[in-house]
Amino acid sequence: MLDLEAVESDQERPRVDYVIEVWDREAASSGAGLSLVRDMHDLGAAGVRAVRIAHVYRLNGNLDQDSADRLASELFADPLTQDYRVLDLNASAESELLHSAGPGRDRIDPNAPTEVGLPRYWGQGGKSIEVAFNPGVMDPREESIRKAASHLGVTLTAVRTATRYEIEGAISDADMRLVTDRLLLNKTVQHATLPGERATLTTSPYTFRLVHISLIDAEESELERLSREGQLWLTLDEMRAIRDYFRDIQRSPTDVELETLAQTWSEHCVHKTLKGDIRWKGGVIRNLLKSTIARATEEIAADWCLSVFQDNAGVIVFDDEHAVCFKVETHNHPSALEPYGGASTGLGGVIRDVIGAGLSARPVLNTDVFCFGPPDLPYDRLPKGTLHPKRVFKGVRAGVADYGNRMGIPTSNGAILFDERYVGNPLVFCGTVGVMPRDAALPGRQDPGDLALVVGGRTGRDGIHGATFSSGELTAESEVTSASSVQIGAAITEKRVLDALLQARDRRLFKRITDCGAGGLSSACGEMGEETGIEVYLDRVPLKYEGLSYTEIWISEAQERMVIAVDPASLDAIMEIFEAEDVEATVIGRFTDDRRLRLYYEGNLVGDLPMELVHHGLPRLEREADWTPPAIEPVHLRPAADLTSDLERILAAPNVCSKEWVIRQYDHEVQGGSVLKPLVGIDSDGPGDACVVRPLLNSMRGIVVSCGINPHYGDLDPYGMAASAIDEAIRQIVAVGGPPDRVALLDNFSWGNTAKPDRLGALVRACQACYDVAVGYGAPFISGKDSLNNEYMVDGESICIPHTLLISAISVMPDVTLAVSMDAKSAGNLIYLVGLTRAEMGGSHYYVTHEIRGGQVPQVNVSLGRSVFEGIHRAIRNVQVRACHDCSEGGLGVAAAEMAFAGGLGMEIDLSGVPAEGDLRDDEILFSESNSRFVVEVAPESAGAFEAALGSAPFARIGRLTESPQFVVTGHSRPGEPVVSVPTARLKAAWQSTLAW
Amino acid sequence: MKPRVVILRAAGTNCDLETAHAFEMAGAAVETVHINQFTRGLRRLSEFRILAIPGGFTYGDDVSAGRILANEMRCLLQDQIREFVASAKLVIGICNGFQALVKAGILPVGTVGDKPLATLTDNLNGRFQCRWTHLLVNEAASPPFLHGMDGQVLEIPIAHGEGRYVSAPETMQRLRDEKQIALQYCGPNGELGDRYNVNGSALHAAAISAHGGRVLGLMPHPERCVYGVQHPRWTREGLRPEGQGLAIFRNAVRFCE
Repeated sequence: MLDLEAVESDQERPRVDYVIEVWDREAASSGAGLSLVRDMHDLGAAGVRAVRIAHVYRLNGNLDQDSADRLASELFADPLTQDYRVLDLNASAESELLHSAGPGRDRIDPNAPTEVGLPRYWGQGGKSIEVAFNPGVMDPREESIRKAASHLGVTLTAVRTATRYEIEGAISDADMRLVTDRLLLNKTVQHATLPGERATLTTSPYTFRLVHISLIDAEESELERLSREGQLWLTLDEMRAIRDYFRDIQRSPTDVELETLAQTWSEHCVHKTLKGDIRWKGGVIRNLLKSTIARATEEIAADWCLSVFQDNAGVIVFDDEHAVCFKVETHNHPSALEPYGGASTGLGGVIRDVIGAGLSARPVLNTDVFCFGPPDLPYDRLPKGTLHPKRVFKGVRAGVADYGNRMGIPTSNGAILFDERYVGNPLVFCGTVGVMPRDAALPGRQDPGDLALVVGGRTGRDGIHGATFSSGELTAESEVTSASSVQIGAAITEKRVLDALLQARDRRLFKRITDCGAGGLSSACGEMGEETGIEVYLDRVPLKYEGLSYTEIWISEAQERMVIAVDPASLDAIMEIFEAEDVEATVIGRFTDDRRLRLYYEGNLVGDLPMELVHHGLPRLEREADWTPPAIEPVHLRPAADLTSDLERILAAPNVCSKEWVIRQYDHEVQGGSVLKPLVGIDSDGPGDACVVRPLLNSMRGIVVSCGINPHYGDLDPYGMAASAIDEAIRQIVAVGGPPDRVALLDNFSWGNTAKPDRLGALVRACQACYDVAVGYGAPFISGKDSLNNEYMVDGESICIPHTLLISAISVMPDVTLAVSMDAKSAGNLIYLVGLTRAEMGGSHYYVTHEIRGGQVPQVNVSLGRSVFEGIHRAIRNVQVRACHDCSEGGLGVAAAEMAFAGGLGMEIDLSGVPAEGDLRDDEILFSESNSRFVVEVAPESAGAFEAALGSAPFARIGRLTESPQFVVTGHSRPGEPVVSVPTARLKAAWQSTLAW
Repeated sequence: MKPRVVILRAAGTNCDLETAHAFEMAGAAVETVHINQFTRGLRRLSEFRILAIPGGFTYGDDVSAGRILANEMRCLLQDQIREFVASAKLVIGICNGFQALVKAGILPVGTVGDKPLATLTDNLNGRFQCRWTHLLVNEAASPPFLHGMDGQVLEIPIAHGEGRYVSAPETMQRLRDEKQIALQYCGPNGELGDRYNVNGSALHAAAISAHGGRVLGLMPHPERCVYGVQHPRWTREGLRPEGQGLAIFRNAVRFCE
């Protein structure tokens, strides 16, 4: 259907094209260049000495030599650090080099040819390549540059940016291709430019032609073909339902009608697996979501939940005047193909969910959780068509950082996990918390006659079929067939939209709002118009470039757009705000009262569907589920007499080790709300538990946010995995002083293909645990999302990700000055272990590092957990706790070690008194990952009161903090000799070295 | 009468709320105004005593940090800013605001539209960094903003990718001689050293002043440390009554009272 081929044409436009190239004068010392050299050496290109980067701007507009030169010297090049040159593409090829300036001029040798025939800036030898976004992929810098040129009196009609890499030193052609493919260029969105390439994207204008799809007489095989070839991802049942509807009304559907149904009925938009029928153990589960997760919320019936499962985000009470909302989304498939763009638009999308929650919230913090393949995976183990995990990791990190930092939203909490099965299918979870006035917490309601406006970015061919694409498995061909579903984000466009909408909200100038996410206008307008009906005039939607058909306009997932409903009487006032903030907003439709979706293009009716069919016509999906616990082999592990190297190995394991390299590149201080930061301790480098953030600067009330995730448990026991994830999320909140009786949960399932009964069976088990543990802890779910087709097909084999459930938790802390951090505070203070330890080693990091599969996965005993949580919370409220850290991966050993080195102190602990179930070995006590446990530091003078506050929770005083920086553990296996004895600095070094890129 | 402060906002500004809050805590009457209001002639900078250009990513920092905003001020607001800087008023640029002041030619010497003598460019390690830094105060560089703080070591966070202050050695020498280096990255006891120079700035410069200290640009974010609970080690060292950044805003307000 789509043809992205954009042809340079020599038609009427006067050719006023210039290229400006800018490079750092002392480029060899640039950090980005040095980092590329390291990456190239990693790939085997050992002869590379330096990589120099030039920024290339292709411009089209009312330019002449002087104005182009002015843009170069006053806008693009820094006079102190950069040189530039200006190329006039309008002149003949012989005189291409029109002008060059700057002290670097004499180093330019215009006659030295390179591979692509362009002059070289730096010396001889080596190779170069210039990388630009493909035609049709948004260039996120174009808009700012056009605006900037206007300040200088120059009108630019088009801008395309590119990056030129000059590689100095010896590099073979084969290595050049390798570094191009692996490091410099992603052909999903980029290409190597050719000499003379221009900024203008000349598309052929669109001529209206109404397209009908012959469906009403189609046989089943024809229906399947239509679904497959149209990338609709509809099942035969669903295609049949559509055919039958149109048979009844005796006409063929138009293409846009069929696309509307495919979008609205996609797994991504409607969660048909979780809401369908599941055959399970001789019975049928009708709507898994309703019967487990939503049921828990219903039964808990917390009066502080304001809006659950009905809006773009879940909303809870913050204080008398304010509410907070929270949403977590996945953006897995796009991030697999284009990590930077996929991750940045993933974050941009979840931020829009919060802007579109209730009557709009102000985002106050972001969370991010990533699952990647091992960063040190040998290239020969990389499945065909996949990007290397390190590249995915770096791209995703950069995408999230660039978007979040630009939006001015602190990234306050997260996790990063690794497993080889994530190689083809990395997971990218992004979350956003927002704050809004209490009376803006609920979704609004429009009236017939109100206007529909699209606000923000323009519509292009970006992201066509994203919603349906996420319903399929990825294959080695995905990068070709699904390229148009990958997008690039423009954070500043979204920031402007946010700034304007919050002003409009405070003056109540719109009645309802939703974001354009998956499915684009189709989803946004279709959802908003459900109760009333809507007509949309597709030719009025502002476009990035000409040539889009009415269907492309309707389903484009171009970023940074919101749809709002506005009373005609408020139109002038709201447009004034948009104009003041440089935000484009356009009336594209009108709400009606006939519950129909009507689409027009240039006066022609191109789509006309009853809302009943759009929203309730989807046949119930029926699926088969089955779960057989894996045969667990008996575990034979002879523990080492000295457990020091086990402890070091676990601390250095990628899932446990320090993530400071990532965290420092996110702004976690912007907005000034941070109270407990992601990194804490004497050197601000210890791993904090939950984050505490004050969303209102004049209030000491705080939001507490955490996450729980452990895919290693899921291989053995999805029920135990889900239960443990909830326990982990809640106990991190409790560890910093958050109230355990006021925790709201979010579920994000990233699963394999649930058409396969074993995958779905595991999902059923996980959902059952969600119900049991949420009800047991009185912690309602308020929002969730699932991503159900995370498998990668290569050579006929499917690699399924580990079943992964992310539980995010949010709570509200009345007084943040009672918050407790995890770093050990003072020598001489006592160390307690609170909670019960069992021989729950299945999926533990101790077993993972010993490559043992088997054992019992940690379970949750909610009455025990409750007593521990309440006891800890009482003690923290009584100011009896100096430090508190939860036991997660690596158990007591890792938690205690992290506390010690985060505080720069030593610690002595004795395992013999630890409250345990059964007769446990020292290694089991030290590394068991039993839930609901905390390591706590208490001053000696508070010991009695602390123990009393714990109530019925099991606890033991296990040691003390020491001035001498040694971590010493004694047990019963080696009387008179410690089982661990090591300088804390060595443990810290092990923990910090793995990801110190 | 409370001195009037304008927080100048543009597309991509994102530290406006906390900067306004810091000035309000310090006793000012604060208004946050979009630059369009000034360029379209709807408001005038002369209504205000203090101009604050807050942090953020104006225009996405596309091209380079603060450059597009600097050009906008230079090309569309030159007269108003020149008049503001020439009068006995205060200007503070924080992070992105500092970058804009430098690239507009106002810092380290001159006024809007002058050829820049310095720049703020990529951190030496090539990475965006968010961390708390120690800063040595040179009160003489900016008496209006740093009154009573000479020799103090402040702890204030940075969060930037392009914070390396670059200038010709002779210009740096002149800044040192003329006492225009207002803050320097340092160790916990005020000691200077490469390991504390987080972004590789010339002469460890974290803040530069001009016009008798009435114009101050700094990479660290004092508006992010006005409360005790914002300090990174308050759970270890106890809660202080206020953050160390507040004094800078209070000094500015007192200067104008």
